[in-house]
Amino acid sequence: MTTALAGPAIETAGLRKSFGDHTVLDGIDLRIPEGSVFALLGPNGAGKTTMVRILSTLIPADGGRASVAGHDVAAEGDAVRAVIGVTGQFSAVDNLLTGRENLILMADLYHLGRAEGRRRADELLALFDLADAGGKIPAAYSGGMKRRLDLAMTLVGRPRIIFLDEPTTGLDPRSRRAVWDIVRGLVADGTTVFLTTQYLDEADQLADRVAVLDHGRFVAEGTPGELKRLVPGGHVLLRFTTPASLAAATRLLPGAAADEENLTLRVEDDGRVRSMRALLERIDDAGLDVGDLTVHRPDLDDVFLAITGRPGAEKETAR
Amino acid sequence: MSHAITDSATMLRRNLRRALRYPGLTVSMLAMPVLLMLLFVYVLGGALGGGIGGDIRYVDYLTPGIALMTITTSTMTAAIGVCSDLTEGIIARFRTMPISPNAVLTGRVVDSMIQTLLSVALVIAAATLMGFRPTATFPEWLAATGLVVLLTFGVTWLAIAMGLLSKNPEGASNIVMPLAYLPFLGSAFVPPDSMSGGLRWFAEHQPFTPIIETLRGLLLGTGIGTSGYWAVGWCLAMTVGGYLWARSTFRKRALEA
Repeated sequence: MTTALAGPAIETAGLRKSFGDHTVLDGIDLRIPEGSVFALLGPNGAGKTTMVRILSTLIPADGGRASVAGHDVAAEGDAVRAVIGVTGQFSAVDNLLTGRENLILMADLYHLGRAEGRRRADELLALFDLADAGGKIPAAYSGGMKRRLDLAMTLVGRPRIIFLDEPTTGLDPRSRRAVWDIVRGLVADGTTVFLTTQYLDEADQLADRVAVLDHGRFVAEGTPGELKRLVPGGHVLLRFTTPASLAAATRLLPGAAADEENLTLRVEDDGRVRSMRALLERIDDAGLDVGDLTVHRPDLDDVFLAITGRPGAEKETAR
Repeated sequence: MSHAITDSATMLRRNLRRALRYPGLTVSMLAMPVLLMLLFVYVLGGALGGGIGGDIRYVDYLTPGIALMTITTSTMTAAIGVCSDLTEGIIARFRTMPISPNAVLTGRVVDSMIQTLLSVALVIAAATLMGFRPTATFPEWLAATGLVVLLTFGVTWLAIAMGLLSKNPEGASNIVMPLAYLPFLGSAFVPPDSMSGGLRWFAEHQPFTPIIETLRGLLLGTGIGTSGYWAVGWCLAMTVGGYLWARSTFRKRALEA
């Protein structure tokens, strides 16, 4: 079923989209290799959903080009729809059908055949921990269960490329982790995942590459690690057992900031192994006793703040 | 295109299953015309029957009118159905899947037609118990059935277009209300020449009057005259207009951000 593509799973060039005089996407160039996870990060109203809607053939772009699995989204919509699965931001289940009937409905629409459709539905119910809830309608489900059913429905047709628009928005931490595990499972099977999120740790957890979308443009792009190295703020926190050793360490490392109350010393460091080793050797050579050591690497929140001048968690009102 | 029929059938199964699981709407749609029938025959019929003139019994005069109201009010199911699909977001999912684009609407139309035609059959059966005695021959029954099917098809497409325009299911049931109750202002319950002035003119010229007159003529042998042409014309116009309107509204709604 899964045959390797010659080109990237998703590719766009100069993609543009406006609603009225509001430009939502302003020339997006993108190349996502098959089998990878790409996270599109941005605040509310940044254009993430618009991007997903264009790539999943729901709405046309105003300019530029986009192809999915080598098929142009504008000209070959049917071919694109045959290989993708989409889980939108809002629940897209039939609320009057049971979980199992929802999955069988999908199987029928993918023409899996009666027996295979039922087998696939039961397999997905088990996989998504919904076996006991399969006979109930979604109204009886929790938010996390509904989301899992939504995802399961997307997977019935075994899509090679999956779009997840804010898959964990509004979920409790346990359900978020369950969704993350599902995404990791998909990736292990070679599926390409295009993910949008406002949660910076989510992109960090799941993505091979991240692009930060702000006002219709990519303001940063790279691996989560590369993005983190774009900003300062990484440090090592050394905790000492006695005021004397803290004082000695402060003399040894003149640039560091001491906190005498907590007996800690904050040393600027980018968190890479080589500089860490050098730091620890200096402390060790001086015969100082370090009680505890924590490394703080800048998270994507810091990245967002550094790049856009606004915290990533800030909710922009949709315009 | 090869999957257009299978996909429409899948959508039809989905709709019928929903209707069977939550039969409230369907049952009230089935019961209402029968209740109207009882009301008009036993409560109002004595007074109204005297005023319709001619030698036709009121239950015979009334039944084709109620049958037609059954069709127009049943379209509420279709309007509410398409609207709740849109608001539940499942249509967006269907549109990202490799399925025939018309399957969603076609499945809905066929579902609504099955429910409506069942209601009409039920109301005719109830009317027969109340004394309705049609004089139609087999070809006339066939023609009457054909007209009923054609009319159902037309008003269902209109109702679907209206349902697609609505922001929520409550709105959908309101927006089809004028269509559902338009037969009241025609010859469904009393002859238009018993009405006054402008209303009478409207009742004589509105689309449902020639349709009712044709149905009455086919079932009871009253005169049809040119009504037959008008009836078929109006039905075809509703079908084509409703279909085009529904299709363009569906596309527009689907593109909304």
